[in-house]
Amino acid sequence: MPYIPVTGEQQEDMLHKLGVVSVEELFEDLPKRLRYPKLDLSAGISESEVLRELSALAATNANADDYRWFLGAGAYNHFIPAVVPALASRGEFLTAYTPYQPEVSQGTLQAAFEYQSMIAALTGMDAVNASHYDGATALAEAVLMSLRGTSEDKRLVLLPEGLHPEYRAVLELYLSAFDVELRTYRGRPADAAAEKTTNTGLTAVVACYPDFYGRIPDLSGAAEAIHEAEALFIVAADPIMLGLLKSPGAWGADIVTAEGQSLGNELAYGGPYLGIMATTNALVRRMPGRIVGEARDAEGRRGFALTLVAREQHIRREKAVSNICSNQGLAMLRSCIYLATMGKTGLRRAAELCWHRAHYAAKRIDALPGFTVEEGAFFKEFIVRTPIDAEILAERLYERKMVPGLPLSRYFSDRRKELLVCVTELNTREDIDDLVESLREESK
Amino acid sequence: MIHPDIPLLKDLSVPGRIGASLPRLDVEETPIPPQLLRDSLTLPEMDELSVVRHFTLLSQRNYSIDGQFYPLGSCTMKYNPKMNEAAASLTGFRRTHPLSPERISRGAIDLLYKLQRSLEAITGFSAVSLQPAAGAQGELTGVFMIRDYHRRRGENRRTRILIPDSAHGTNPASCTMAGLIAQTIPSNTSGGVDLDALRAACAEEGGKTLAGLMITNPSTLGLFECNIEEIVRIVHEAGGLVYGDGANMNALVGVLRPADLGFDVMHFNLHKTFSTPHGGGGPGAGAVGAAPSLSDYLPGPLAAMSSEGPTFTVPKHSIGRMKVFNGNFGVLVRAYAYILMLGADGLRRVAEGAVLNANYLRALVEHAYPVAYGEGRRSMHEFVSTGIPNVHTLDVAKRLIDYGFHPPTIYFPLIVKEALMIEPTETESKETLDAFAKALLSIAEEARSNPELLLAAPHDTPVGRLDETAAARKPILCYR
Amino acid sequence: MKLDTEARYAKSHEWVRKDGAEYVCGISDHAQHSLGDIVFVDLPKIGASFDAGSSFGVVESVKAASDLYLPIGGKIIATNAALADNPDLVNKDCYGEGWIIRVAPTDANKAGAEWNNLLTSDDYEKIAEED
Repeated sequence: MPYIPVTGEQQEDMLHKLGVVSVEELFEDLPKRLRYPKLDLSAGISESEVLRELSALAATNANADDYRWFLGAGAYNHFIPAVVPALASRGEFLTAYTPYQPEVSQGTLQAAFEYQSMIAALTGMDAVNASHYDGATALAEAVLMSLRGTSEDKRLVLLPEGLHPEYRAVLELYLSAFDVELRTYRGRPADAAAEKTTNTGLTAVVACYPDFYGRIPDLSGAAEAIHEAEALFIVAADPIMLGLLKSPGAWGADIVTAEGQSLGNELAYGGPYLGIMATTNALVRRMPGRIVGEARDAEGRRGFALTLVAREQHIRREKAVSNICSNQGLAMLRSCIYLATMGKTGLRRAAELCWHRAHYAAKRIDALPGFTVEEGAFFKEFIVRTPIDAEILAERLYERKMVPGLPLSRYFSDRRKELLVCVTELNTREDIDDLVESLREESK
Repeated sequence: MIHPDIPLLKDLSVPGRIGASLPRLDVEETPIPPQLLRDSLTLPEMDELSVVRHFTLLSQRNYSIDGQFYPLGSCTMKYNPKMNEAAASLTGFRRTHPLSPERISRGAIDLLYKLQRSLEAITGFSAVSLQPAAGAQGELTGVFMIRDYHRRRGENRRTRILIPDSAHGTNPASCTMAGLIAQTIPSNTSGGVDLDALRAACAEEGGKTLAGLMITNPSTLGLFECNIEEIVRIVHEAGGLVYGDGANMNALVGVLRPADLGFDVMHFNLHKTFSTPHGGGGPGAGAVGAAPSLSDYLPGPLAAMSSEGPTFTVPKHSIGRMKVFNGNFGVLVRAYAYILMLGADGLRRVAEGAVLNANYLRALVEHAYPVAYGEGRRSMHEFVSTGIPNVHTLDVAKRLIDYGFHPPTIYFPLIVKEALMIEPTETESKETLDAFAKALLSIAEEARSNPELLLAAPHDTPVGRLDETAAARKPILCYR
Repeated sequence: MKLDTEARYAKSHEWVRKDGAEYVCGISDHAQHSLGDIVFVDLPKIGASFDAGSSFGVVESVKAASDLYLPIGGKIIATNAALADNPDLVNKDCYGEGWIIRVAPTDANKAGAEWNNLLTSDDYEKIAEED
């Protein structure tokens, strides 16, 4: 029996020591009539048979290796150096537990501290937690942070109209327990915050940098206007973009969240991903999730340990800042290794490649008859208005082993002629030129 | 042995170095608006070998299941099969995008569907969602579902959730996040739920404010709640629903289906019972099973089978979305591979092995480590000791490190002073159990004759006990 | 167990002393001892008002966190700023330098009644011993 080393003979010895005849006797406390039901499950199979079955399932999925991939919309096909999986898959990291006993967990803890440090530098903030589930739940908890410790009459949160639809859904659910209004604004966050007449009780203003449509908002004046309204400025950012463009911290953000999948984590059909959260020193005690801090032992040696633990569920229980327990530890480690490997130069270069190639693609597509690219500053994603139904167009391209982007009708049933196209450092000029030609030919 | 500090990344950085290789720019440049550019970026500059050495050295300072026995009660630190890693690494899973059109990602949806059905078969629940990213997220899901169930019936006053004092902290924390009130109910002298206190709590305020009960079975004491069917009946009669915390499923898998006990909704930690790796703190997956009473409320989308093949569907009264995309799919693949390999028979052997190993280990040590509420009771997959005289449980834990074992769970559940919770799991050999028992007994003897050994433990780790007070008073949370 | 015989005590382990028309509050020696090394005190905003018995802040140690309940209702007119850098004052001198807040009651009669309802140091000692 794989994974169960106790042999039949050993089991006999053990049962004998316990003074029972069969293993079933150990379940005497369970209601007899409910014991040993026949499960509607097939019998076990061997390892090779398992992999054969799963390979067959895997083979039917279009993947970013076999298809030219231009679809982003919250999950991105970015370069992952081979070093990342090689190191992260080491058993000492993969099969370690939560570092509650720091003396035997310095590997996990120091890596977490280094991750926190690099993300703090990238986002321009003071303190970072050791991960949340994903970018959406991190944003939801950031909004909850802004509500905490404020009085009952502060109950308005402004959300940008370009917020990812799935993020909006998660936010609405997480905030459903609280008497708070989630209001959508258009245009500059600075202007939205300055709307004093309709903004009574403003708690937080969220900006997406960039938004679901790839657009980079104008954040100038936002922090000043929001702070004047005594509210918090929350920015949901693209971590690759931060390798090139001004950080949310430099724009005056109070809390920064991001989806860390782009930093060394696989697409993997949606998870596990990485919720990045960063904040200022003033707000760190309100931040959920595990946090690693530096500490010394009796001999003055430097080590790392989970700290500010009194915020967490196992101590504060119903008064905890959040219920989060398990985080996305391994995804965080991968991002740490990714950032160390890419470093200052590599991350910037990856971001530059995204920028220039995406703008090249946009220019070429815009020049196609019947196609227009929406105006406005963007990083790696942009909206294309198509001459025919975008879903039909995309379907034709799948036959050419190309996924040209996300037809917006996926989320907005009335937007049938819009395609969200993403270009990363993994799309070559040749890929882009092929995409352009395919769009031209298949849109006739 | 001297354990030098492993330098931080910033101290290994040398300007001009880079660890990754990237393609040359092959298109014309588009000017970047200068007011958008950042002035500077402080990230390490290291060559690939330096990165590899750094993280390799760090890994050597970790305990892990691959290296050490981890008898952590309530965590189910069983062996994480390498086959799971092979499965999750398949290109068709690893390199597939969550928004890939259904027609060209049927295999991925099919896996989700098959895993849902497998968990339904194992647990007896009529529907399963694989969306929640962790047990705690699964708990929050269940509490949202119970809340919406009552609201839909116009019973908005039903806001109290009863929780035993032995419960994991995530239970009451989840209630607060869902806007409900966590009300503690005491355990009786046998460590189970006090039925009188339960009845009284249900009846409070005319019985009109009870939303439900959250309960772990087997309990956090490792004991089967013998009154569970009565408990469920009491709560249902009072108009409440019952949430099951499935953290201890390893004691029941294949031997009993929790839904048969009457639970309305329950989460399962796939990173516990279903062998997915802990990764130093995550990721996990908190699948949620629902009885017919609550199936319509599960978070969507769920995988389903249509005439065209596997597809997604959203339950009628779904609470909404707990996270983006499709849950922690990479974790789900591992759990499914594990279930496929074990089958019904194998899963039954898991629970039998887990319970046998726990009781055997208990028998070896309980004369020195008394078991809380253990008199005349059979333990399930774990047991809680009240510690040993003369020393704190913390000191026993640290001394075990000197013997090469990861400490058990300590100071949980809160109702046992100096608690030491031990869960061996079925993947440990009799030899390991014997060695661990020997170590525990040796430590008990040391506590009598030479307690200094425990107080100064651990003795030869890279760092000793850290001054966590100073760390919390003046937190240093990143390097600059 | 150290006690301040001039002070009165709440069952939730806060002490309070009269100082003219105002009251000074902190936590008892028994409380600081059970909490262990204090790492942080979450203080209320100056000017905020609370009823007697309601929670006005939190005191955190490495392994625990405890809500602070106001023994006499009123407006917070001062908080001990020294606690920001030296939370251990609560451990070292909980009745003196480790004071937490100063409160001015809005209604002197109500405050008087609340004071009378609190435990004397003798009565508190009995309760704390049993804890």
